[in-house]
Amino acid sequence: MTATAASAWRKPSVIPGFGLALGFTLAYLSLIVLIPLGGLVLRTIGMGWPQFLAIALDPRTLAALRLSFGASAIAAAVNTVFGLIVAWVLVRYDFPGRKIVDAVVDLPFALPTAVAGISLTAIYAPNGWVGQYAAAFGIRIAYTPVGVFIALVFIGLPFVVRTVQPVLEDMDREVEEMAATLGARRWTTVRRVVLPTLVPALLTGFALAFARAVGEYGSVIFIAGNIPYVSEIAPLLIVIRLTEFNYAAATAVASIMLALSFVLLFAINLLQAWSRRRLSHE
Amino acid sequence: MNAMTEFADDQSIALGAPVGVTIENVAKDFGDSPALHGVSLDVHAGELVALLGPSGSGKTTLLRILAGLEAPTSGRVLFGGEDTLGLPVQDRNIGFVFQHYALFRHMTVFDNIAFGLTVRPRRDRPASAEIRRRVLHLLDLVQLSGLEKRYPAQLSGGQRQRVALARALAIEPRLLLLDEPFGALDAQVRRDLRRWLREIHDRTGHTTFFVTHDQEEALELADRIVVMSKGRIEQVGSADDIYDRPGSPFVFSFIGESTLLPVEIADGAVLVDGAPSGLAFGETGTRPATLGFRPHDVTLVSDDSPAIRGRVVAERRHGARRRLELQVGPKHLRAEIDVEVEASRTLGSLVAFRPERWRIFPA
Repeated sequence: MTATAASAWRKPSVIPGFGLALGFTLAYLSLIVLIPLGGLVLRTIGMGWPQFLAIALDPRTLAALRLSFGASAIAAAVNTVFGLIVAWVLVRYDFPGRKIVDAVVDLPFALPTAVAGISLTAIYAPNGWVGQYAAAFGIRIAYTPVGVFIALVFIGLPFVVRTVQPVLEDMDREVEEMAATLGARRWTTVRRVVLPTLVPALLTGFALAFARAVGEYGSVIFIAGNIPYVSEIAPLLIVIRLTEFNYAAATAVASIMLALSFVLLFAINLLQAWSRRRLSHE
Repeated sequence: MNAMTEFADDQSIALGAPVGVTIENVAKDFGDSPALHGVSLDVHAGELVALLGPSGSGKTTLLRILAGLEAPTSGRVLFGGEDTLGLPVQDRNIGFVFQHYALFRHMTVFDNIAFGLTVRPRRDRPASAEIRRRVLHLLDLVQLSGLEKRYPAQLSGGQRQRVALARALAIEPRLLLLDEPFGALDAQVRRDLRRWLREIHDRTGHTTFFVTHDQEEALELADRIVVMSKGRIEQVGSADDIYDRPGSPFVFSFIGESTLLPVEIADGAVLVDGAPSGLAFGETGTRPATLGFRPHDVTLVSDDSPAIRGRVVAERRHGARRRLELQVGPKHLRAEIDVEVEASRTLGSLVAFRPERWRIFPA
């Protein structure tokens, strides 16, 4: 019975080792991902519903979660649009310094997040390079949710660019020429031919940028100002609770973040699988 | 595929009035390397023209210039007497078909064919019922009725190419341009589609250009053949002109099978390697030239009369006959001749022959 089940899952391949590979995958995932997360969930269950709900529904917790997920979603959406444009320019045009621009895109990956946070704060603070002009119009960037959003845009950009770029490179230019011969203007071609084929890659980029932004800590805490109820992100709240030795509150917030992230990423994954199926139809 | 020769209904195909095309001294440079050197050609409305040549001959560049996908460096292209300079590709009303189909893979067959109609500005767009009627009719024409809900990935290569053709026809083009339309298909499908394209052309009457490197395809399909080489037109003519009256050694060797030998013309005789070949050429004086003949246009010579003599270096079966590959003279010139299957020769033996039909080209 088990043998037939296994052979039904297994596709014939010149590389053997389905059992070994699956076993390794499960063991590795357990060790690296599932056991730590399981511990987190166990700690949370251990505290009982009334205490959990009290922490979860605390206005400060709710405000932090709203800011973290809200700013991350907006930042990821903005990155999806502008990351696509950056990838487009890098793939479609050859200009002096293209290689350098291409390398610069990766900097947010490599820079220690604290360095990024401090630089962003220096620039967007009311007396900073950019911040002083914003301040002249009465707009405060640093120490507000806007600052959080800017930091999350900064760290999320490479995810979108690097997922869309290879797909754009592989894209058949003849398909666009075809659309033009059929009378489609540039924008119609982009909207009806180019974008639909990029949807799966854009969704992947969005999901990666979003996931990274939700978990981001280092670059945000400097520019956010961390005012409770206003510009305090959920990961910071967890750290605050830990420094207060309030482990129960820390694990409760962490569990909520985990559950929300899982549901959202799973939903994006389903959307992605659906859009990919639309493209291949094998 | 038997059904390919018949059409399900006899409704005529709506089409934009086919136009004549005039190409005047069109040249194209890509950076330093010229792809076309001043090409001129006149094609009248409804003609089916093959652009035939090896890769790098500029045939695809010429097709793309007609489509407006490339701009000529100099020269003019006129559609029905109207200069197309500055006319963007979207406004040329041409149907283009790529070798690799270039179908929109996220759209159904129906949406692919309807694309050219649905992207029109609202005031020029047919009603959706009219679009539907036209698409279904085109599907019928390309014999894919019932497949309108399929996606391109669910179709065979031949079916995809027919969808691509239906999509190009949907906009009622003034001109149909096909870039190696059957190049990616296997031989049997290719032959069927070729015959079928000829029938569609006869029914719809589009002015049609198609690019090919396959001489058989060009000879069979086209009203006129434009043989191109290295960015120039070598010869324009019917299949008979091109095959029987080639204008240059290039055309002679590119179309059909052939042998070209450097010869000398001396006082009315054709000398191969200084020896008389038994061929007479009515010209006085001495000059070097090129002798061309086809392998099947030769007779073997068994006596000592003047002939071309060579040693057999290879032999192989070639259809109903046997092909001998000969090495002629001390300069090891290569010649190929066809002989009866029974007339097998041992390698290294000497064979004498005279071309029955042959041509002299300037050296």
